[in-house]
Amino acid sequence: MNPITDIAPQLFRGFGTTVTILIASAIFSYIMAFIAGLCRLSKNTFLRKFTGLYIEIFRGTSLIVQLFWLYYAIPILFDIDLPSNWIIGVIAIGLNYGAYLSEVVRGSILSIAPGQSEAATALNMSSFQRMRFVIFPQAIRMMMPEFGNYTIQMLKGTALVSLIGLRDVFYYGDIMRSTNLAHAPLIYVVVLIFYFILALPLIFLTRKAESIAKKGVAN
Amino acid sequence: MNGNYWSWERFSEAFPYVLEGLTTTVGVTISTFIFAMIFGFVWLFLRRIPLRPVNWTVTWIMEFIRSTPPIIQLFFLYNAWPVVPYVGVTLSPFACAVIGLGVHFSTYIGEIYRSGIESVGKGQWEASTALNLSLSDKWRHIILPQAIPPTIPMLGNYFIILFKEVPITATISVQGILYMANTFGSQNWAYIEALTIVGLILLVLSYPSAVLIRKLEVKMNTRFDKNAEIKEINKGVTS
Repeated sequence: MNPITDIAPQLFRGFGTTVTILIASAIFSYIMAFIAGLCRLSKNTFLRKFTGLYIEIFRGTSLIVQLFWLYYAIPILFDIDLPSNWIIGVIAIGLNYGAYLSEVVRGSILSIAPGQSEAATALNMSSFQRMRFVIFPQAIRMMMPEFGNYTIQMLKGTALVSLIGLRDVFYYGDIMRSTNLAHAPLIYVVVLIFYFILALPLIFLTRKAESIAKKGVAN
Repeated sequence: MNGNYWSWERFSEAFPYVLEGLTTTVGVTISTFIFAMIFGFVWLFLRRIPLRPVNWTVTWIMEFIRSTPPIIQLFFLYNAWPVVPYVGVTLSPFACAVIGLGVHFSTYIGEIYRSGIESVGKGQWEASTALNLSLSDKWRHIILPQAIPPTIPMLGNYFIILFKEVPITATISVQGILYMANTFGSQNWAYIEALTIVGLILLVLSYPSAVLIRKLEVKMNTRFDKNAEIKEINKGVTS
C-alpha cells in the first residue's frame, strides 16, 4: 500500500473538517479569551466571580468530557434537535481553550508595569484610551507565544471530534485501518504526519512570536 | 424521550457506578506519570549529546510526538502495534495508556528537567570545576540540589494536566470514570447525569491540587528566585 497514492487521498477527505474546526474554534477561543480575561480584571464583583467560575470549570475538567457533555446537553438545554456536530465541536474546543487563554490575557495585562498606567492617567487618558494605547500594545506581544502554543494544543484537540461522529482526518484514517488491518501501522503514521504538517506552520509562528516578544524588552 | 430531561434519580444511581472507575483513572495517572518521569531522562540525555545531527533529530522527534494528537498515538499502540513486523506484540489497554500517554508527556517532562538544569547559574558550574570536584560530586552536591526544587511545581502542574488527559483512554477501553459513564449512559440512556459526575469528579480532584501547586510555586519562587534575594537584600539597605 503506497502512503502517497493510496492513503493520503483518503485522508484528504477529512482535511476540510479538521481545518475548518481548527480555524473556527481558534477564533472563538481567542474572542472568549479576551472577553473572559478582561472580565476577570473588571471592578464588578459579580462579573469577576462569574467569569472565574467559567474558567475554573473548563480548566478543571477535560476537553473530551466537555465535548461529550455538550453533545448530549445542548439539545436538551436549548430544546432543539441535534444541531450540527461541527458546531458542538467548535463550541467545546473554543470554550475549553478560551478558558486557558483568558488566564494568559489576564496575566499579560497584569504584568505591565504599574508606572505605565500611572503615566497614562497623568496624561489624562480615559480608561479606554489607557487600555487601547498603552497597556494593550505592550501586553499583546507577551501573549502571542502562548496563543501559538495553545493553538497547537487545539489542533491536537480537534482529533477528538471524530468521537462525536465528525468526519475529520482521524476518522477517515481509522475507517481505512479497519478495512486494512495489516497496514494499520503505516496508516496511523501517515495520519500522524498529516497532523504534524498542519502543526508545522503553527510551530514556526510560535517561535517567531517568541522572538518578537523578547525583542526590545529591557529585562 | 426518556433521556431528554435531567433526573436526580438517575444521577444518584449513576454516582456509585461511575465512581468505580476512579481507582483505574488514578492508577493510570500515577503509573503514566512515573513512566513519563523516567522516560523524560532519556530525552534529557539524548539532547545533551554534543553532536549537531543527533541533537537536531532528537529535537524534531520530540516536537513530532508533542504536536500530534495523543489519541491517535494511543490508537496506534492499541490497534496497530500488534501488526508491526518483528517487534509487534498485543498490549493491554492499560499498557497502551501508560506507554502512549507516558511517552507523550515525557517530551514535556524532559524539557522541564532541561530548564531546571539550565536555571543553575554558570558560576556554579565554574566554581565546581575550580574546586576540582569530581563529576559525581559536582552533580550530587552542587547542580542537582539547585536544579530539582524549581522543577517540582512544574511537574505538579503536568501531573494535573495528565490527570485530565487520562479520560481519553476510555476510547481504548481503559475502564476509568469516563468509560464507566459511557457504559452507564448507554445502558440507561442517562449520558448527561453520568457525564456530569465525571466532570464533578475531575473538578473536585484537580481544583484543590491546582491551588496547592500555585502556593508551592510562589514559595519556590521566593526561595530560589535570585531577584527576590536581591530585593530582600536591598530592602535591608534602604530601611
